[in-house]
Amino acid sequence: MTHGLTDAQFIDKVASFLWPYYIVLALMNGVAALYLWRTGQMKTWFSLPVPGSGKSVPISNVVAWVVAAVGFVLLAAFAGNSNVSWMPSMPLSWQEAINQASGPVMYSLGTTVGLIVLFIFRRFFVTPAIAWTIWNLMLLFLGLSMTDRDFFEIIAKPDNVPIVMLVLLLSFFTWLATYRAVINDDRMDRGEPPLEKLDNEKVLVWPDLVYTELICMIALTAFLIFWAIALPAPLEEPASSVKTPNPSKAPWYFLGLQEMLVYFDPWMAGIVLPVTVVIGLMAIPYLDFNREGNGYYTIKQRKFSYIVFQFGFLEMWITLIVLGTLLRGPNWNFFGPYEQWDAHKVEALANVNLSEWFWRDLLGKSLPTAPAGSNLPTQIGFIGLREWLGIALVLGYFIALPPIMALTVFRRYYQKMGFIRFMLMANLLLLMASLPIKMVLRWVVQLKYLIAIPEFFLNF
Amino acid sequence: MPGLGETIRESQIWKSIFRHPMPVDRRNRIVVMLTNFFLHLHPVSIKKQGIALSYTWCMGGVTFFLFLVETVTGVLLMFYYRPTVEWAYADIQMLRDVHSLGILREIHRWGAHAMVITVWLHMYRVFLTGSYKPPREFNWVVGVLLLLLTLLLSFTGYLLPWDQLAVWAITVGSNMARAHPFLGHEGPGQQLLTVGGVDMITNASDARFALLGAREVGEETLNRFYILHCIAIPLGVALLLAIHFWRVRKDGGISGPL
Ligand code: HEM
Repeated sequence: MTHGLTDAQFIDKVASFLWPYYIVLALMNGVAALYLWRTGQMKTWFSLPVPGSGKSVPISNVVAWVVAAVGFVLLAAFAGNSNVSWMPSMPLSWQEAINQASGPVMYSLGTTVGLIVLFIFRRFFVTPAIAWTIWNLMLLFLGLSMTDRDFFEIIAKPDNVPIVMLVLLLSFFTWLATYRAVINDDRMDRGEPPLEKLDNEKVLVWPDLVYTELICMIALTAFLIFWAIALPAPLEEPASSVKTPNPSKAPWYFLGLQEMLVYFDPWMAGIVLPVTVVIGLMAIPYLDFNREGNGYYTIKQRKFSYIVFQFGFLEMWITLIVLGTLLRGPNWNFFGPYEQWDAHKVEALANVNLSEWFWRDLLGKSLPTAPAGSNLPTQIGFIGLREWLGIALVLGYFIALPPIMALTVFRRYYQKMGFIRFMLMANLLLLMASLPIKMVLRWVVQLKYLIAIPEFFLNF
Repeated sequence: MPGLGETIRESQIWKSIFRHPMPVDRRNRIVVMLTNFFLHLHPVSIKKQGIALSYTWCMGGVTFFLFLVETVTGVLLMFYYRPTVEWAYADIQMLRDVHSLGILREIHRWGAHAMVITVWLHMYRVFLTGSYKPPREFNWVVGVLLLLLTLLLSFTGYLLPWDQLAVWAITVGSNMARAHPFLGHEGPGQQLLTVGGVDMITNASDARFALLGAREVGEETLNRFYILHCIAIPLGVALLLAIHFWRVRKDGGISGPL
């Protein structure tokens, strides 16, 4: 997309996007300040003493967002300036550091830890001032990074633009939902009804709802037209069955599944796990026997289902999509956000199967193999012998673990749910957990397959 | 002298369409909801929190609107597009370079991406407000099917421009079907489906072949995906949407605290 542009032309191109971008951010902060001021929500955070005068200036949230707006106006001015060296961008040393630090392990652990921290300290993070600061920093990070060619290549690829929108929208709505859940949980602790209960009064659909819908439709149409004019739909070279692009990627909404191919064979990542996701989603209302938290935002009253769902949705679906789309390059190698997609990057792959480890490394023998020309039952017997440890582990995981769960941590659930429902839930949970477990095994002991039966395409 | 507006509203034509005066008073605001075909999807009155943007995020409605946008722009695109290997790419190129209304394809494509995002957000909201709990369990299931069909709509449409991006994305995606347990020719267990030493599941009879209509993504695949994309899946979505909306009403309207 930016091939064939000189550096100066590239910066020009980015600048034509960046200065309006910063202006929008400035407006956003300005509007926020205005809103807080006009609705009387101004809060003084601290007082800044003016040196030499003995007086002090109160710094309130309104002042802070006005300052932020001014800051963005300045950034817009620098970005729009024709002098390239003034272009605000992420310092090279930071880019280097981020590239160095990032990798599949760091990324997955980082997002997991991040989400856990957000969850545990949600009371702090949902405070409007904190959330707004984070929101500004996210957008600033995006703006400063855009001047890097490799970053720009990936983010501004027309079909990747939706991912950026998805991440921003999800951040916003997750904040909104958590914010309301925190308030509701506090209210209900005090014995008050949730916020939703306060709006119990009935209104006529015409005009209250019909007009809201109309305004939504107009706004959305305007937005779509703007998007369509600003960003042409991609059309690459005509299809050719001989020229394989590297990387070849599925559409972005399936890239979480494609990312799973790193850890699982296609029959798992492409068939069993997606089917599990669909069945698991459909089963939610029948498995969640908790009658509380119906019709209002809450976390406290349904912690278990909340955590499971958020782990599945935010961590295993969304972050894997982001990883697969933005950070996986040629040969599905991992590339940092500011790293060039080099098709010749080699990554040492020294993964071993459990059976290889067991027979070769532990016992110092060669793998059991059926004599040449033996019949099918003999072959299967030898395969069973070769893979017995993995088979035992996997069967134990799916068959022995659910009853143990029912007798220990999930005792109360088992009693409430009965045998069939509990077994379904336990197996869905275990299937879901199999992905992170395999990830960790891969990272820590370079495990390739627990069960490796390539003879029957049965690798697990 | 009656004004023009009044003359129109007093005319027989107008009155034959709208069977009541302007909805400016309570009575007629109720009547309009009951007599207008498009509005009768809604109830007449509703709890305030059920229409609060901070509660529903309007995401179900936005998804539905995007589906309508896709339908209209999709029909228009069909005028300009022939689903054959010979013409598909050239027709899309023409849409870009020659025809006026140059943003038709853009609106359709970005609308499709947006629909995937909003349907996820809608599901997210329904989960977070616990709205799948009784009595709305079944509507959640209908919703999951709608989610699946939305993704399939997007996936089948991705192939139609017939460029490198399209063909290889579909190749990568549909390669998974090759590994379908039992039904894919490289899937575990396919050897079991052997009759008298003859393999039943080969690359010309497996799940992937059924999806593509051929061994590779080709002419047959384009035809298959085109029909799925323009006819079969939209009909499925329309049917499920009717059920979905019907059930929202029958399950007692938008959820809320008891
Ligand atoms: C094409 C996709 C879909 C469309 C157009 C759609 C549309 C709608 C609309 C307009 C509503 C009314 C309330 C609102 O706007 O939030 C609604 C409610 C609902 N939807 Fe969907 N929906 C879709 C997919 C889904 C999915 C994927 C799920 C869940 C997996 C789902 C589950 C529900 C449930 C349970 C309700 C009732 C919510 C309540 O009473 O609070 N829908 N849907």
